[in-house]
Amino acid sequence: MKIAVCAKQVPDTDIPASQFKVDEADLRVIPPAGVPPIVNGFDMNAVEAALRLRDSGVECEIVIFSVGTDFALDVMKKPLAIGADRLVLVDDEASEALDTLGTARVLAGAIDRDGGADLVLAGRQASDWDQAHVPIMLSELMSAPLVTLVRGLTVSGDGNGFEVERVAEGGFQRVKCPKPAVMTVTNELGEARYANLRGIMAASRKQPETMSLSDLGLGDLVDGKALEMTRLFVPASESNVEMIEGEDEADSGRMLALKLREAKLI
Amino acid sequence: MSGNILIFGEVLNGGLHPTVWQLVSAANQVCDDVSDVALCLTVDGSFDAACVEGIGVGKVVLLEHSDASADSGSGVYSLITGLVSEEVNRSGPGVVLVAKTDAGSVVSARLAARFGAGLASDCIDLALNAEGRVAVTRPVHGGSALAVYEFAGDGLQVVSVRPGAFDPAESVSDVSEIERIDMSGFDESGTAPVLIETVLEDSEGIPLEQADVVVSGGRGLGGPEPFEQLRELCGLLNAALGASRAACDAGWIDHSHQVGLTGKSISPTTYITVGISGASQHMAGCSSARNIVAIDKDREANIFSHARYGVVGDWAKVLPAFTAAVAELD
Repeated sequence: MKIAVCAKQVPDTDIPASQFKVDEADLRVIPPAGVPPIVNGFDMNAVEAALRLRDSGVECEIVIFSVGTDFALDVMKKPLAIGADRLVLVDDEASEALDTLGTARVLAGAIDRDGGADLVLAGRQASDWDQAHVPIMLSELMSAPLVTLVRGLTVSGDGNGFEVERVAEGGFQRVKCPKPAVMTVTNELGEARYANLRGIMAASRKQPETMSLSDLGLGDLVDGKALEMTRLFVPASESNVEMIEGEDEADSGRMLALKLREAKLI
Repeated sequence: MSGNILIFGEVLNGGLHPTVWQLVSAANQVCDDVSDVALCLTVDGSFDAACVEGIGVGKVVLLEHSDASADSGSGVYSLITGLVSEEVNRSGPGVVLVAKTDAGSVVSARLAARFGAGLASDCIDLALNAEGRVAVTRPVHGGSALAVYEFAGDGLQVVSVRPGAFDPAESVSDVSEIERIDMSGFDESGTAPVLIETVLEDSEGIPLEQADVVVSGGRGLGGPEPFEQLRELCGLLNAALGASRAACDAGWIDHSHQVGLTGKSISPTTYITVGISGASQHMAGCSSARNIVAIDKDREANIFSHARYGVVGDWAKVLPAFTAAVAELD
């Protein structure tokens, strides 16, 4: 079985809010100096889902697909270091101007060029623009069934599809899905495993397969953008915090309780 | 504005999902003339048309199919996507409005791909730009920033709206026309996934979404044991227990307690956080909390810039004293 995992390079979400800055004129986020990007966390959950299928005895090739530019290779190789087999990068400056449907078209083109896939996995959303469009659109473009918010995944007994657990309001749903399929994975599935030294060494020797939009015959995609960002800003917030400071930490705790009661908040 | 608005409304237990009234408000914000707004609902025999009484739209279109309710609750949403696509083809709206619920997320993105349309999702504000196309405001980067997006070109504009971002529309006295369309011949099951079962998990204690006081723990707690202390505090305060995604992902507490952008959205009067730094993704789930009370060891933590009251210190020293004092108050 071949599993394609869509993974996006995004700014590190673990930076203090005070370091989050945008360039309002250029409509972009300014990454703090010295903080490398990460692979979108939900996409790493998707890589983990693929690896667990392999752990369960499913023979599979796991290929990572990413669309972007200015890739940090050591970052994008992280899925390889924990067990993915290959990395395919659509590395093109013009991809910055793609809208989400454009990105989905590029991913569909890249996966198709690579010979297709029995299962396409992606994170439930990317932590930069939080749109959650691309995998859903991909399912339409590939005419493949879709299951979102997957927290558990196995191959069905007959081998022709998957049995899936997805997060639903107040609980979860068990769904049967034929293949090929597209699924979005949520953090409830569990965090990606850590890379061991052997994995890191093996990943460092692998080279990504790179291609441009025109290699995929999609060089003209960026012209037809249906949605344009016209403003980006950090909303002003006014802090009015009252810090409670007692003689020691325990005293602060006691004073806080009294303060909250006085304010009728508890 | 360019073209009519078609609202895709969700049906819940034979009535309207609460977001439908919010979508009418959102539509009113970009369209003065209600006769240009239609509400389409995918319904079966369990639907009671009396629930649309007073809703301020020009027309209500009922797309009737015997599997409509089953698909609405299936988590798959293939049938309702197909039915709404048919309605878009039939009535040719300029704008499709949906709520960013579980179903709405899927339906909107599939429609956009199907019609080559632009899609703006999880919007908290709508306006019209100079060309009469929709301009939206939506949180990005986990809520650290806001972005305005404007539609371009003459294609369909698909917009999903964050639940709760718009107040429900007022009921009107005008009676809207109801059009029933028999869609029973429509079949999109083909290769669609099939729901086997929906399992509702018993939530522990008071539901987070309804609680007036919520106590949450985060990464700073360092392990699962401290959540026992938070449970004790919750008992004293009649509060619901929440957690940050980091604490849930670490396995210290079940994901059903997760508060945040991809967890639950809460709106308590008092929100007490312990060992939570306040990443924007967490704050996105508690932006409606009226008073945030933060206990954390890092004075620079983002949570303090949102908090009304704060204590800087080691939770292991602050919390027991706080809990003991709360117990004495009662």
